[in-house]
Amino acid sequence: MNKALTYGLLLSILMVIAPHAEHLPLWVSSLCLGLLLWRTYLTYSSNPLPKRWLLMLITFAGTGGIAVNFHTLFGREVGVTLLMLLATLKLMELRKPRDAMVLIYLSCFIIITNFFYSQSIPTALYMLATLMVIVTAWVHLQAPNIALKPRLRIAAVLLMQALPLTLILFILFPRVQGPLWGMPQDAYASSGLDDKMSPGSLSRLSLSEAVAFRVSYEGKPPLRNQMYWRGPVLWEFDGRTWTLGRTALTSPPKFTELGQEIDYVVTLEPHNKIWLFALDVPNKLSVPVTLTYDFQVLRKEPVTARLRYTARSNLSYRANLQEATRQLQRGLQLPKLYNPRAQKLAAEWRANSANDAAIVRTALSYFNQQGFQYTLEPPLLGVHSVDDFMFGSKQGFCEHYASAFVFLMRAANVPARVVTGYQGGEFNDVGNYYIVRQSDAHAWAEVWLEGQGWVRVDPTGAIAPERVQLGLSASVLSNAALPFMARNPPQWMRDLRLNWDTLANQWNQWVLGYDTERQFAFLTRLGMESITWQKIALNMLAGLGLVIALFALFMLRHLITHQPDKVQAAWLKLCRKLAKYGLPRAAHEGALDYAERIAAARPELADVFFDLAVRYSALRYGANQDEQARHEFLQRAAALKV
Amino acid sequence: MSQSLHNVIQQAEKIILGKPQQIRLALACLLARGHLLIEDLPGVGKTTLAHVLSRTLGLQFQRIQFTSDLLPADILGVSVYQRDNGKFEFHPGPIFAQMILADEINRATPKAQSALLEAMEEQQVTVEGKTRPLPSPFFVIATQNPAYQIGTYALPESQLDRFLMRIQMGYPDAQAERGLLSGVDRREIVAQLTPQMESSELLAMQKSAREIFVSPALLDYVQAILRYTREAARFTHGLSPRAGLALLSASRAWALLDGRDAVIPEDVQAILPGVVSHRLQAVGEYSKQNSDVLVRELVEAVAIP
Repeated sequence: MNKALTYGLLLSILMVIAPHAEHLPLWVSSLCLGLLLWRTYLTYSSNPLPKRWLLMLITFAGTGGIAVNFHTLFGREVGVTLLMLLATLKLMELRKPRDAMVLIYLSCFIIITNFFYSQSIPTALYMLATLMVIVTAWVHLQAPNIALKPRLRIAAVLLMQALPLTLILFILFPRVQGPLWGMPQDAYASSGLDDKMSPGSLSRLSLSEAVAFRVSYEGKPPLRNQMYWRGPVLWEFDGRTWTLGRTALTSPPKFTELGQEIDYVVTLEPHNKIWLFALDVPNKLSVPVTLTYDFQVLRKEPVTARLRYTARSNLSYRANLQEATRQLQRGLQLPKLYNPRAQKLAAEWRANSANDAAIVRTALSYFNQQGFQYTLEPPLLGVHSVDDFMFGSKQGFCEHYASAFVFLMRAANVPARVVTGYQGGEFNDVGNYYIVRQSDAHAWAEVWLEGQGWVRVDPTGAIAPERVQLGLSASVLSNAALPFMARNPPQWMRDLRLNWDTLANQWNQWVLGYDTERQFAFLTRLGMESITWQKIALNMLAGLGLVIALFALFMLRHLITHQPDKVQAAWLKLCRKLAKYGLPRAAHEGALDYAERIAAARPELADVFFDLAVRYSALRYGANQDEQARHEFLQRAAALKV
Repeated sequence: MSQSLHNVIQQAEKIILGKPQQIRLALACLLARGHLLIEDLPGVGKTTLAHVLSRTLGLQFQRIQFTSDLLPADILGVSVYQRDNGKFEFHPGPIFAQMILADEINRATPKAQSALLEAMEEQQVTVEGKTRPLPSPFFVIATQNPAYQIGTYALPESQLDRFLMRIQMGYPDAQAERGLLSGVDRREIVAQLTPQMESSELLAMQKSAREIFVSPALLDYVQAILRYTREAARFTHGLSPRAGLALLSASRAWALLDGRDAVIPEDVQAILPGVVSHRLQAVGEYSKQNSDVLVRELVEAVAIP
């Protein structure tokens, strides 16, 4: 096997495996890397390939190791791991062109597995580069004499020729409902809002720059301090952690005095949870959902693929003016044994206040005036977390404030609950939409007041109003451990990031988000009627056939214009005739040279054949194209008896 | 082929034994109005070949021995002050001859080399602001010692390109060498040679060489060769369009020598080693190969369309 070709194949396999290195078991990555290095050394030093028994040993040991590691030999993860290992091992027995061919096909197959883990633009570009390397190696295999530059050009042309086919397949391939390869859970083990909250959970989340969702508003966007995206509503407190709690209640909420309607489109990144995000309070969504009694928007199945939905919300509302007693009871539950000082304080407020609204006001001014600080790095809290926070550290992030506030309210006999979600977002003026990141995660409170229903109270706003008005970066000190980009980056970097996000958004919308619905809509716009997937499939086959036929026609035309003329055809026939008698003409052999060789081997043919060769040379290369001479040559050539 | 051309070849073959191919290549080079570079060890008959050709073709002959202290003026000539009339008078250098033997060209400095090479390219010499045409026909045979010998200034590729062909003499075979050793002194025979041709006849023949027919089928073949050298992995760079033109003009001259009125692929193959071996450079693992082997592989790799 040619050294350069081997290096090309090594590079292909390396590029194919590299993105997987991160999630393969460490020992498999190391083994693959070791094998690649070993193979490179063998090629470099022209040493023979390892013996078959050794390869068998490694193969069985590796397969066994994988079986032990994963406790199974079936499933996606195991399959990918096995493929990586076997492809690398195949390099070790690269002896015949057939082996190289197998390796090339295998590489083409394996790069697809990248999409299991990421479908972003950089991944797509990387795979294109990998494909280019693979195709270049393939061209090398087929035409070993071509130098690197023309080889690259041929590979590029081949990829370009595949473009129309790709386009047809992309547009017309019947889409399955849901992602094609059933996106498994672990692909989205990414962090996001959880259905419980304890001190530190949101401040940890706010270190992540990952996009939670993108929103574009129809018309004028609402004020920033109205952008409360509701996530899980937490009812139950065990002294440290807030959870959803349980209730048999399913009655829908009753909204009255609705006003300030706003429409928007949300593109939600998969978070593997069942809730969707909507502005308070949601009125209408384009996907089937249920609205719970505490105004959450829930789907039947978890969001495992990017989801796009339009929604309408009312920014001013009255919610549940009449609330069930059981609900109000739930909004008052407290672990009585914890946080005695806070309970005592709440009791004092209760005694000194005329009504519930006054208690809320007292609490907010308490937070505002007692030297509380808003920080991403609050100190750890003890068993009595609310007490420690209220009277000890006085430093906290939004979850501390929401938690303490709701605790105080409940202790003061005001029904209250914790609401988690996102607040605010970053405006992308390039694409004219808002990006809501994990760092925008927020927690606030809701209290139920007689005659007003459930009212949103954001205690964070009492301590750090700029968090609500301007966003996270404005509200914490610059040396805080914020993600780099959530601080105030230079303008050009901000622009770059927004432009990139716009591009990523388009990619999500049009490439990754091209599902059955969009496909049908697009085809309808193209004029196709009463679409069924059978019809799409037929159209796709027809399109593919058409493109291939066009290419074929183009190439055939090339053949026809280069068809040998009669003289040459007769000459080639003559050569074939002689080839049967063991005297084939070499491709580079001129007519006269060939005639000399024939004359040496078959003296009886010498004169006749030499005459034919001279005539042929004159007709093919001479200036004088005499019809008579052509005719004579053709006759004599046909008459030659070997 | 004309009788006189035939006689030239016969005479030359009588003196330079066992080298018919080299003699014909040298003649083809002359007919194609190119210049010839002969590369080989000292003493294999490079100079004799030049002598014989100039004598039998009846060309004015000048020999320039290149040494490391040779100056451009030694080649081109100088103006000397004349006391009689108080003017400068130009004394032409050895370059003003129809046939020049530039012996051991790679022993001179690049400055002297380029003086010769510019004259070759432009067929004229500019000295002290005045341009003087060189005689016609004008033919330079340069010889050079192999590059590994001491005291050589290798000609750069761009200047090698000025030579239509580079050929090697090689040792004679046993029979030819016996004839050489037992025969009379070559120099004596050369002195007795009679010109077989007028220079006007040579010019006419150069003209008819240019008129040899080249068919589209042959151009296909030449282009296939050029394309192969550009795409094949074994060469550092492919042949230039100028090399393509050189191939064609040399092939035409070869066809004329063979008495044909059209070029056939065999002509191209015959002159290919001479024309491309100094224009191609092998890469990596191929560079150890002899240039002859390289060219033979090139011939065998390109099918005649």
